[in-house]
Amino acid sequence: MSRLQATFENLAKDGRTALIAYVTAGDPHPDLTVQILHTLVEAGCDVIELGIPFSDPMADGPVIQSACERALAHGTSLKQVLNMVEEFREQDTQTPIVLMGYQNPIEVMGMKKFAKQAQQKQVDGILTVDMPIEQAEEAVNEYKKHELDNIFLIAPTTSSERIKHICDHSSGFVYYVSLKGVTGAGNLDTVEVAKNIEEIKKSTTLPVGVGFGIKDPESASKVAAIADAVVVGSAIINEIEAHASDNDKMLGNIKALMSSIRLAMDNSSTNQQQNKEVA
Amino acid sequence: MTRIANNIDPTTADSRNSDVMPNAHGMFGEYGGRYVAETLIEPLAELEQAYSHYKDDPEFIAEFDTDLAHYVGRPSPLYHAQRLSQKYAGAQIYLKREDLNHTGAHKINNTIGQALLAKRMGKPRIIAETGAGQHGVASATVAARLGLECVVYMGEQDIHRQAPNVYRMKLLGAKVVPVTSGSKTLKDALNEALRDWVTNVDNTFYIIGTVAGPHPYPLLVRDFQSIIGREAREQMQQQTGSLPDALVACVGGGSNAIGLFHPFINDESVNMFGVEAGGYGLETGKHSAPLNSGRPGVLHGNRTYLMEDDNGQIIETHSISAGLDYPGVGPEHAWLKDIGRVQYDSVTDDEALAAFHELTRVEGIIPALESSHAIAYATKLASTMSSDKKILVNLSGRGDKDINTVAEIEGITI
Repeated sequence: MSRLQATFENLAKDGRTALIAYVTAGDPHPDLTVQILHTLVEAGCDVIELGIPFSDPMADGPVIQSACERALAHGTSLKQVLNMVEEFREQDTQTPIVLMGYQNPIEVMGMKKFAKQAQQKQVDGILTVDMPIEQAEEAVNEYKKHELDNIFLIAPTTSSERIKHICDHSSGFVYYVSLKGVTGAGNLDTVEVAKNIEEIKKSTTLPVGVGFGIKDPESASKVAAIADAVVVGSAIINEIEAHASDNDKMLGNIKALMSSIRLAMDNSSTNQQQNKEVA
Repeated sequence: MTRIANNIDPTTADSRNSDVMPNAHGMFGEYGGRYVAETLIEPLAELEQAYSHYKDDPEFIAEFDTDLAHYVGRPSPLYHAQRLSQKYAGAQIYLKREDLNHTGAHKINNTIGQALLAKRMGKPRIIAETGAGQHGVASATVAARLGLECVVYMGEQDIHRQAPNVYRMKLLGAKVVPVTSGSKTLKDALNEALRDWVTNVDNTFYIIGTVAGPHPYPLLVRDFQSIIGREAREQMQQQTGSLPDALVACVGGGSNAIGLFHPFINDESVNMFGVEAGGYGLETGKHSAPLNSGRPGVLHGNRTYLMEDDNGQIIETHSISAGLDYPGVGPEHAWLKDIGRVQYDSVTDDEALAAFHELTRVEGIIPALESSHAIAYATKLASTMSSDKKILVNLSGRGDKDINTVAEIEGITI
């Protein structure tokens, strides 16, 4: 059983929603990434999405674009990102890590070589933002061969027919983009999100994670009540950006932010659980 | 009535035939495609569907033709540059005068076509990216004429380089948004425009200015720009009794070049030359010539040749001309390079600047710095050919917008 599957099954047993944290590898400095990842796990994050920095992250907002620029200023390469996962695994063999990024750096390394190394360094899944299902046949097969989960995005604009097609090729979980926009945007409509999750659930038994626009305990708890996983990214990176020169403060703030989100989510899913039992 | 696309039976055409490209997935051989975030997939499919309907719709075609004739001023002249030809004592140089179009470049052919699509698709807001500002001006122009809201994304560095065009866009009622991320040039403007589109996709039509981006953009921009080659082919035959021996066009994203080349693709006697921006010289690495020294990768929704480093990061490009300062190139050019149908070469900033002055002084035509690359290459090529041969150059834009840049380089205060 894959780490992702095991993690989601354990959480489901407890009636809890997974908390997924996104950070860009190498931001603010490559030497700090592994420490940041451990801090996220300590704060109660269940899954890590580790961003592969790219010069032209066209689906991301200004916060993650800046994170990429900081990481690239220190020359963070895909090879280094894989080594960070290896280093993380020296202390943590449980927490699943999904690499999230754009296709070009992967292609330059070579898809086969990347897949093989990702497996060796104990990566769990791959999400390539600019690789929709139609272009992904080779990648899906290659990643599957190396026991890496294929994570795809589903958007508010995705048709029911496409949702089915995407789910058929997904494993680990599917990632629902909560709004039309880039990462870090506002205006989350939870009623709309709930409706779309229901639609996705018709096509798959995989857990559904929701991301884009979740930035605080309040928005996280609302989404936790309707989704299997909540993804928080830009809010963490805001802390990294604000305290890049003060490591203790940065790690402390990240821990405080994610602990408060974790707590709000657990309260929310407990209420949900109780409501369900009462009903 | 002009056809917008060349409709040739794909079952009888050979695989080198550009008329059957791209395939149903938007691929030109291994290039092109639709590498975008999921949110944009359905809007792109919707655009593809709308285009495939309207390109054969007599009313749409008639409106497009009327606008090209009475608003743009087509057909643009084909001009025999006799003094320039004499100077090089070689092949006769003919200029396709896209610089005489309304707004001063070929860009308007495409923005008229896409704006007519936007209108039919019920989108009240258009967005565009721009480098030299020509596409921004052409977008702002059609937006003003159709009463559409218009937002143009432009790199901060280009805003400085192309101040007159920025003011023109503002006069036309467009909002010009400076882009400060990355290298602050065309590629970053494209990123920002894509971000806007993904956010406002319900009411917004994204007018891409070149033959790049996700499918169907490379196809529809090519089709709208092919009017250049169709006219030139006919004019050449009328004026000289035969086809040209060579075509020359500058290539940034590559829309003016595809527009000229596409109707000649099946004419085997016609050699084609695409000229990339060599900047300070290919050997310096400071240039914008991905077909000459890049390699295939994925950027801005399509697979094509790119300028990138060993880790797959897109590198900063350099060209004297903002319109060529782009690290990618249209996927059809990537394919035409690989099959050997078009030869891609480059000229440096200095050569382009010399050609800018030369055409101005010898023929009384101030060319855009982009088009000056094509002129520079054509004069070199002409001198290797006999005087009974003919070279057709796409003079894709006029140089009024560049006079500040040129003056600054030469230390002159206007």
